Amino acid sequence: MITTTHYLMLSLVLFTLGVVGMVVRRNFITVLMCVELILNAANINFIAFSRQLGDLTGQVFAVFVITIAAAEAAIGLGIIVALVRLKQTVNLDQVSVMEG
Amino acid sequence: MKDLLWLIPLFPLLGAVVNGLVGNRRGWKHRTTSAVALIGSGLAMAAAFAAIIDWATSLGTHAVHANRVFTWIPLGPGLTADGLLANLTIDFTLRLDALSAVMLFFVTFVGFVIHVYSVGYMHSESARSYARYFAYLNLFMFAMLTLVLGANLAVLFIGWEGVGLCSYLLIGFYFEKEWCASAGKKAFIVNRIGDFGFLLAIFWAFKTFGTIDFAGMQALITADPGTYAAAATPIALLLFVGAIGKSAQLPLYVWLPDAMAGPTPVSALIHAATMVTAGVYMVARSNFIFALSPTALVVVAVVGGVTAVFAASIGLAQNDIKKVLAYSTVSQLGYMFLAAGAGAFGAGIFHVFTHSFFKACLFLGAGSVIHAMAGEQDMRKMGGLARHLPTTYWTFVVATLALAGIPPLAGFVSKDEILGKVFTAGVGDLNGFGSVYLVLWVLGLVGAWMTAFYMFRAVYMTFHGEFRGGHEAVHHLHESPSSMTWPLRILGVGSIVAGFVGIGKALSFNLDINLFEHFLHPISPALEVEHAPPLTTEWVLIGISVAVAVGGILLARRFYWGPEAFQRPRALAERFPTLYTTVANKYYVDEAYDRALVRPLAGLARFSWKGIDTVAIDGTLNASAFFTEIAGDLLRFVQTGNVRNYGLLVLAGALAAAAWLLL
Repeated sequence: MITTTHYLMLSLVLFTLGVVGMVVRRNFITVLMCVELILNAANINFIAFSRQLGDLTGQVFAVFVITIAAAEAAIGLGIIVALVRLKQTVNLDQVSVMEG
Repeated sequence: MKDLLWLIPLFPLLGAVVNGLVGNRRGWKHRTTSAVALIGSGLAMAAAFAAIIDWATSLGTHAVHANRVFTWIPLGPGLTADGLLANLTIDFTLRLDALSAVMLFFVTFVGFVIHVYSVGYMHSESARSYARYFAYLNLFMFAMLTLVLGANLAVLFIGWEGVGLCSYLLIGFYFEKEWCASAGKKAFIVNRIGDFGFLLAIFWAFKTFGTIDFAGMQALITADPGTYAAAATPIALLLFVGAIGKSAQLPLYVWLPDAMAGPTPVSALIHAATMVTAGVYMVARSNFIFALSPTALVVVAVVGGVTAVFAASIGLAQNDIKKVLAYSTVSQLGYMFLAAGAGAFGAGIFHVFTHSFFKACLFLGAGSVIHAMAGEQDMRKMGGLARHLPTTYWTFVVATLALAGIPPLAGFVSKDEILGKVFTAGVGDLNGFGSVYLVLWVLGLVGAWMTAFYMFRAVYMTFHGEFRGGHEAVHHLHESPSSMTWPLRILGVGSIVAGFVGIGKALSFNLDINLFEHFLHPISPALEVEHAPPLTTEWVLIGISVAVAVGGILLARRFYWGPEAFQRPRALAERFPTLYTTVANKYYVDEAYDRALVRPLAGLARFSWKGIDTVAIDGTLNASAFFTEIAGDLLRFVQTGNVRNYGLLVLAGALAAAAWLLL
């Protein structure tokens, strides 16, 4: 029997992977993928609670999050293309132009 | 014409606008500028004369004729101090009556004559400053005519401030010279002190009467003098503070001698003949308030009498020809206030009237001398000018005789009238201050003696003896052009005949031919004294004052004329060195003001600047900016520009928030 707790455990693992990856990796594309992981961890939570409570609202939310994630990925990849054209790199450590 | 009074000040205003805004910018030729200015002041004179004639023939000289031009400040209904509902409205109203007619007559007449004189005197100015000069002069005419015609204190106040402004502009006309600019500032600032008192008087009158219209206030006082007796003293004294400032009385006279920094025609018009008499005019205009307050009257008389002697004594030891005339003006203004303080407002205005002729003539004569001397004003470098400047000499002597009080010239008639009235007030014990008035009468005689002495000292030093200005200057000496000598002749004749309109009873063997007093009686009646002295006493008084004047003249002749000229005064100065230096340095009044007022105020200003502003206010602001900058300098290290660092910080923050929520 797979309970809500199992889903939450999976979600937690995915979220932690995403956050740690976002903080430690330097490659902009990897960071973007990690953000996707974080969003999907949240999606799993939504659907798990939706199933437990028998309420469809959570699933609707998940669909919204997927849509927004797609848009975010498109914009993020666009920024990466612009960044490569400007600096010939995707290494985030080399683009700290906003340093105070 | 009497219903178009507003045209009288309008003409010079237009002249000022045209010359000041157009002529000055375009640098018009002298001829164009003088045409505009002369038309402006000439039309004002014509309009004034037409209005006076129309008013006198159609309404009679007893009538008060008011022209409401527009409603100026509609305040609506309000309560006065005694709880009466009054409609508080200030109209821009001009008023023609006997008093304003007198003022109107000589202001426009002397003003026009001096405009003509200025055409000759200022001819060497550049086109732009020539236009500027005449714009100011016309603007002054506008302001002075507004002052004279104003039917309430507010309209009078506009003119009052306007003449003050023009006086400032014209004293500082040669503003490239630092001392001229500061003389202008001094005049303006000292006048502000008086104006402040005047303004308070207007407020007080408004609160007391619910109106500041002269006719309205007079009607209220005539109907019920008792109610307003208490408020009359402070109102009258505050009005007099204003008059002290404008008419250069003790202790605010200090600006007038310095005002001689302006061009000489300006000194003649503004600082001798017209503007400085505004204070006397204002006191005579509000005589119904002063008449209610014996205290205010005696204060006016004492200030006037003391100023008359004080200023005359300074005049004894001045060497600058214009300074002598300036102190003489202060002294003569003192006589006018002395008359007003003795309740003889008409006599005061009569002296204003005659004084405007002979003092303007003296100043213009001095201007002619300075013109010939190429700007030199020191009488010690003059002498023997009578040969070179005959017209100037004769007119100057006539005006000097008038000022010294030699019969039958104008100054004798009016000054004798004043001394007679003061003596009458003393003998008749006016308001119980009889002894004060008798002392003031003696002071007046002393002042008259000094006047005769210092004026003839000036005549002998300037026009007689040998020329002391050196060989080069002597070739430069020449009589002034006719645009300057004709005004001198006209004013010289005025100095002779102006007195005939006001010959008192004693002089005419009890004939009632004092036209001037009859003319002014409905507007400014003299206070009646019960025990008027008999005619014989008056004849004795006249004899005394003439003897005093002749004595002054003879002493001046002994001191400053002939082969032994200057020896006696030099010996006297050596015998009493302290007295001489004190008088020659004008009793160190300027120095005392400098110590007591100017320097402490400058110190206070410096403290406000260096202490309060720079240290306290700027310091607080700069300190807060400094600490903000330090904080920013430290915190900028947080902004690495590395996105992953921000992510880490967000994570840490989220964990901290979660921990705080859970634990």
